[in-house]
Amino acid sequence: MAIALVDCESFYASCERVFRPDLKNIPIVVLSNNDGCVIARSTEAKKMGIAMGVPWFKVKDSFLKQKGKVFSSNFTFYGDMSARVMNILEGFVPKVEIYSIDEAFLDLDTLRQNYNLYDFSCHMRILVKQWTGIPVRIGIAPTKTLSKIAINEIKRINVPTYVLQLSNKDQIRYALANTPVHKVWGVGRKLNEHLNKAKINTALDLAEVSPQNIRRKFSVVLERTVRELRGERCLSIEDDVSSKKQIVVSRSFGERVSNLETLKPIVSNFAVRASEKLRKEKQKCSKVSVFVRTSPFNKNKPQHSDLKTISLLTPTNDTRDILTAAKKALVPIFRSGYDYAKAGILLSKFSNEDSKQFSLFKDPNEPKENTEFMKYIDYMNAFETQIYFASQNTKKWSPMKQNMTSPKYTTNWYELPKVN
Amino acid sequence: MKVNYIGKISEENLPAIFVPYFLESVHAGFPSPASDYIESPIDLNKHLIKNGAATFLVRAQGQSMVGSGITDQAVLIVDRSIKPSHNSIIVAAIDGEFVCKRLKLKPRMCLMPDNPEYPPIFINHGQELEIVGTVTAAINKF
Repeated sequence: MAIALVDCESFYASCERVFRPDLKNIPIVVLSNNDGCVIARSTEAKKMGIAMGVPWFKVKDSFLKQKGKVFSSNFTFYGDMSARVMNILEGFVPKVEIYSIDEAFLDLDTLRQNYNLYDFSCHMRILVKQWTGIPVRIGIAPTKTLSKIAINEIKRINVPTYVLQLSNKDQIRYALANTPVHKVWGVGRKLNEHLNKAKINTALDLAEVSPQNIRRKFSVVLERTVRELRGERCLSIEDDVSSKKQIVVSRSFGERVSNLETLKPIVSNFAVRASEKLRKEKQKCSKVSVFVRTSPFNKNKPQHSDLKTISLLTPTNDTRDILTAAKKALVPIFRSGYDYAKAGILLSKFSNEDSKQFSLFKDPNEPKENTEFMKYIDYMNAFETQIYFASQNTKKWSPMKQNMTSPKYTTNWYELPKVN
Repeated sequence: MKVNYIGKISEENLPAIFVPYFLESVHAGFPSPASDYIESPIDLNKHLIKNGAATFLVRAQGQSMVGSGITDQAVLIVDRSIKPSHNSIIVAAIDGEFVCKRLKLKPRMCLMPDNPEYPPIFINHGQELEIVGTVTAAINKF
């Protein structure tokens, strides 16, 4: 039994390097939306001691003084590069679970008889690097949780090939003994404290507790982790991604917003975007929630956060219905006198687009619910927004402060990389 | 110049809705004799790109490759999965910059412009050359 975890090395930073050969060996950091925090660091930046998630203003001066290069996040570009990497992996292995933008689990069971899995993975790594420019690490192990451990080991001992296979008991024991328990997949900070109190400090300590005891003292979830660490497969590769259960669109604002008339069009933008996503999933929703909150970092200002949910009698994916509901939710939770830093919309309680359920009573809201009409709008807006709803803010998204974004190298004719 | 007509081109890059060319109306009368011969329109992507995941588009600058038909501002199709050989047109990274030149492996390895006004680039000791990919086509717009 073998599972491989393919993990892109400092993915966002590596993407930024693909079309910038001048940035080889130069420290790179990528910032979150609005340039707030560091969300990715190249190996060089990690060595400089830049922590994950640190606010940019705290490290800015020293980082730039040491000739580091900073980028605002360019998710259009990262998304395209990720799709290329995943596409290549899917060409190699029949069963691939795309776990995140930069990680995928591969089911190697069917390949075991005919290939040496280590050589196969090395070959795959070289090909992904050559074809896309993205360096990856590959950890091979009997279970998903152990493949995560293998990736940690590659980082810890700097495996020169960036591929590590944990196949026999001794190798696994050695790796587990060197992994602190908080680095085990699924063990959070709080759980870590509890485990440490019970004298469980390494992954090996955890693996040596009997699963039954763990179940009694902690949870079924942790029991599953223990079994996985012992080499028993509890989590399988899920290659058919079941449809989403909810859709969230939210952003922190570039500047604080303190009046309702400014906030309304921003929330309308979220509603439009969320409705588009909903139609892409071929779903309808019957719950629309809106939330607002002030900045928790602004400690000397009054704080407020609230969420309101509107239930719809008839499920819909018509932007106009969702806009109406969003406004209905926003108005009562907004309070003047607060500097809001973030807002968002959440669509939930989905039902299939094709199934239609009529309510017993006439819906007083008279939903528009015109999927066909919306599809035309989606088609026209596919490449660039041409049609706006009247309540939207046409000034492109919410006011976002991002001025260090790299070009959309792979998705825009006018931003192609240049060669001499 | 002799020109061969090879067919009609697809509508830019819009992949979504193609109206087949010979779709006749359904009312009455004799059905169109062409309806059995509907084929999908010619797709430039299919023609020019063999391996999508490994193919990138880049924009050429300058005149150094005019001899190969690459003019200033041409869009080059670069396939990173094709191994270049002697005389391939390649995109390479040298001194932190991308260049597009012809790769010569003999008598001595160099990057050769296709314009006599430009000198060849020899790779000196200690200099790093990274070949990014092979140029498979150039699109010059007039």
